[in-house]
Amino acid sequence: MASGTRLPSGARNGRRDVLGIVVRAALPLVAVAAALFIGALMLAVLNADPVRAYQALFEGAFGSTSGITQTLVKATPLLLVGLGICIAFRASVINIGAEGQIILGAVFATWFALTFRTWPGWLLIPSTISIGFVAGAFWGFVPGILKARMGVNEILTTVMMNAIALQFMNYMIRGPLIDPAGVTAGQYLAQSEKLPESVWLARLVPQTLLHTGLFVALALAVVTYVFLWRTTIGYRIRAVGLNPDASHYAGIRVPRYQALSLTLAGGLAGVAGAIEVIGVQHRLLDGVTSGYGFSGIVTALFGGLHPLGTIPASVIFGGLLVGADKMQREVQVPSSLIQAILGLIVLFVVASQYWARRRSNRTHDVSATPASALGAEEAEA
Amino acid sequence: MNEAVLATVVAVLAASLRLATPYLYASLGEMFAQRSGVLNLGVDGIMLVGAFAAFYGTLTTGSVWIGVAGAIVAGLAMGLLMSVVSVTLKAEQGISGIGLSLFGLGLSSLLFKVLVGTVKTVDGFRPIRLPVLGDIPYLGETFFTQSLPVYVAFLLVPISWYVLERTTWGLKVRAVGQNPAAADTLGVNVTLTRYLCVCLGAVFAGLAGASLSIASVNLFQENLTAGAGYIAVALVYFGGWRPVGILMGALLFGTVTAIQLRMQVLGIEIPSDFAVMLPYVLTIVALTFSANRARQPAALNQPFERGGA
Amino acid sequence: MKIRKLLLAVTALSLIVAACSTPAASAPASVAPGSASPAASNAPESAAPSAAELFRVAVLMPSSTTDLAFSQSMYQALVAMQEKAGGEANFEIKFTENMFSVPDAQAAIRDYASQGFDLVVAHGSQYGAGVEEIAKDFPEVSFAWGTDVNTFGLPNVYAYTAAAEQGGYVNGVLAASLTKSRTIGVTGPVEVGDAKTYISGFSQGVAAVDPAITISKTWTGSFSDVAAMTEAAKAHITAGADVLTGSSQSVVGSIGAAKEAGNVLWFGTQADQASLAPNLIVASQVYDWTVILEDMIPKIQSGTLGGETYTLELSNGGLKIAFNPGYTLAAEAKAAAEKAIADITSGAVKVNP
Repeated sequence: MASGTRLPSGARNGRRDVLGIVVRAALPLVAVAAALFIGALMLAVLNADPVRAYQALFEGAFGSTSGITQTLVKATPLLLVGLGICIAFRASVINIGAEGQIILGAVFATWFALTFRTWPGWLLIPSTISIGFVAGAFWGFVPGILKARMGVNEILTTVMMNAIALQFMNYMIRGPLIDPAGVTAGQYLAQSEKLPESVWLARLVPQTLLHTGLFVALALAVVTYVFLWRTTIGYRIRAVGLNPDASHYAGIRVPRYQALSLTLAGGLAGVAGAIEVIGVQHRLLDGVTSGYGFSGIVTALFGGLHPLGTIPASVIFGGLLVGADKMQREVQVPSSLIQAILGLIVLFVVASQYWARRRSNRTHDVSATPASALGAEEAEA
Repeated sequence: MNEAVLATVVAVLAASLRLATPYLYASLGEMFAQRSGVLNLGVDGIMLVGAFAAFYGTLTTGSVWIGVAGAIVAGLAMGLLMSVVSVTLKAEQGISGIGLSLFGLGLSSLLFKVLVGTVKTVDGFRPIRLPVLGDIPYLGETFFTQSLPVYVAFLLVPISWYVLERTTWGLKVRAVGQNPAAADTLGVNVTLTRYLCVCLGAVFAGLAGASLSIASVNLFQENLTAGAGYIAVALVYFGGWRPVGILMGALLFGTVTAIQLRMQVLGIEIPSDFAVMLPYVLTIVALTFSANRARQPAALNQPFERGGA
Repeated sequence: MKIRKLLLAVTALSLIVAACSTPAASAPASVAPGSASPAASNAPESAAPSAAELFRVAVLMPSSTTDLAFSQSMYQALVAMQEKAGGEANFEIKFTENMFSVPDAQAAIRDYASQGFDLVVAHGSQYGAGVEEIAKDFPEVSFAWGTDVNTFGLPNVYAYTAAAEQGGYVNGVLAASLTKSRTIGVTGPVEVGDAKTYISGFSQGVAAVDPAITISKTWTGSFSDVAAMTEAAKAHITAGADVLTGSSQSVVGSIGAAKEAGNVLWFGTQADQASLAPNLIVASQVYDWTVILEDMIPKIQSGTLGGETYTLELSNGGLKIAFNPGYTLAAEAKAAAEKAIADITSGAVKVNP
């Protein structure tokens, strides 16, 4: 696949470069710390105590049962979306359409669960999740096939389809799927009927939102890894991303595999939507995506575009989001300050990779890797 | 009856020019950035910061030109930040853009909350009727009775084309976007060129925000753009990285939006959600069936490292 | 390897957490309900008067406290209650705004409840599922949820809503009396909730005066897209409307368009929007949540934590029609409006949501 000799990362004259690993692990932390420092300045300007704020940040994410479970609740959809992004990016396809794909999965999962509400749970739950996958996959398939057959750029189609999906959800929520109880009461709330209890995902810890969807996500992470590195199709997807020209000459139909990767990415995002609905809210509500379509992209890239790396990345990023909310509650600063700090964190962490790349470039052969959307660093298996 | 139809057409076309304006600014700017090889997904955040700066400048001084200056400075600052992260530090451009967008959204909302506090209107740019052209029946009302930011946006199309295709600097930009290594050996400063393009793009995005906050809606509210920046980025792809194509895209999008609103006003029986969907659907359809298959700049989204990779 | 790097990052992060956590702060968030033991970070209040004197309220809102609409109305009402109670020493308010993610909201509700607040106000219909689940775990905390009429049969949940259609009707009567072009435009966000009921009432009010008046409605498909609202308003104006109304925080865009046109009148809802365009805003339906809070809070303080539904109506003063003093209202129009108010209050006229 990649041309040129490449030593395993961190190897130098056969020894593991321990210092290198430590430096690369510490870099994101240093970056986060730098961003938090600037955030502290902003907090101080607003007369909020930065120490108390950041204590709340960490405590909110990892310092209590409710914090950890909430982190995992958020990590679940982040992981699922991130897995899809991994597959797409590996084929050099940029999937910005996860927001819309989540929506499609959520809407159709709701419709399905309400339509077949008499089915027993052991049948209803897997089939609902599958419907979510199919709906999201369709929403990824459309940009995929347009790119493959008609050369239409996927950034354009996915951005447009996000907006279309949002309007579609509006239509469904206020129309066919609207909660009949709300209509009778004259309230016309923007929500669907409550889903039958048989389709609810079991809660793992009482008094928290942590649900079995986490296991589904973890399982899919392993499946994705196996798919990408142990199957022919997965190999081809990666080949297409690493070197489209060579793949083409090797007989791999590049557009087909790019379309496939978008479809799978959409399906995984659709699963995220379905699981959010049956695991957390138990009905379809406005705002079901919670921005996961974008934060999932960040998660995947923090995880090195590797399915197993996305697991800790989703936990960390989920923790950051949960901790940030707690921080807002503690020091009562505007939520926009938290948002700005999160943006800075993303910027700083992604910028800090510069020093990681410089280090790894010094310690092993730099291969003339052909153009790909992965950027300067490829993750290894 | 004919009068009413003509009046409607005039109103819809005038609205489509207004609607297209922010997309035009932001897309043209992003075109420069992408032509030099940098993907900037932070356009939405930059638009917001620019919108707030323009609004605040106009609110506090009463002068729209201070507002414009504010938008330019704000855009420049955000552009520099993006350049440092994506060009010098060669970060993954997709994420740095998203991070920048998030930061811009948070910063603009925060500044608004702290410095202004509540929603206020400003006296921004008003529509100007051009002296001779504005008196042409029907056409005059449509095309020649718009606010200054609208005129400037459309003027930027031929100007951008000229700069990109007919100047030396434009040639450098295109070279850097196609093959930065070759451009580098020919003595072109790749880093500087990319900085200039990203910052130019960011300044345009700031002006796009200003065209909203001190011309079109004449106020600022948190998340004023509501994702328009991402649409603007998408339109760059629609337009094949060419000013004329981008103009077509912005006009298509603006016109269909104006039409769907007018359809709702006229009470045409279609669920409002499907009407709102129309501009997005038709943009996809239009690109699918047009012959426009421009290839993207070969070095797009790839940081440049002298000496390999 | 990236995985290793991130695993190390997680380990390091948890070490930092362990180092930074003070003993009180690392107690589990689901503290025994009713105990007035806030986390160490609530330091300022711990020296304060006893729990009986200090009333602590936490409020969650889906948009900004400065949105000049739904969220601002509740926030302002709570601040007003705080002033009446004598200030922060007697009435504490903690708020979380822009909370549009439902799982995050649930975490916030649970967190506030576990911190020993007396009342947690979940000001957004999407928070209902969370309130239903969490209220069971904190029987000593009172939860107020809006806008809806469902208390889930729980003894510590209050539900509240606004009969927005009533004020809509009055605005409609006024609008019909004032329009010269006999065309009225409505710029709505999404046809749900109190946007739908307000506009429904508005249409009935217009029809009651003159069914021949044309009402055009546009829906932008978003609660927050201001630019879309501006364009929608301009579309109405160029189609001949000289009176506009609409709902949601994005409606400031419509008001801006009316201002630019110069002679288009505006009717507002949810909050008094007169400050935006002093000459053009005729009247706004104002949600005055203090009417509800003034009944609810004493009940909570005396031990009744829930089980009741409140509705803001014209008859109980929860809905007020705020006439803009900056606009000179013709006498007959005002009289028609006041008659409408009286009719709805007495029940002579029934407005459908």
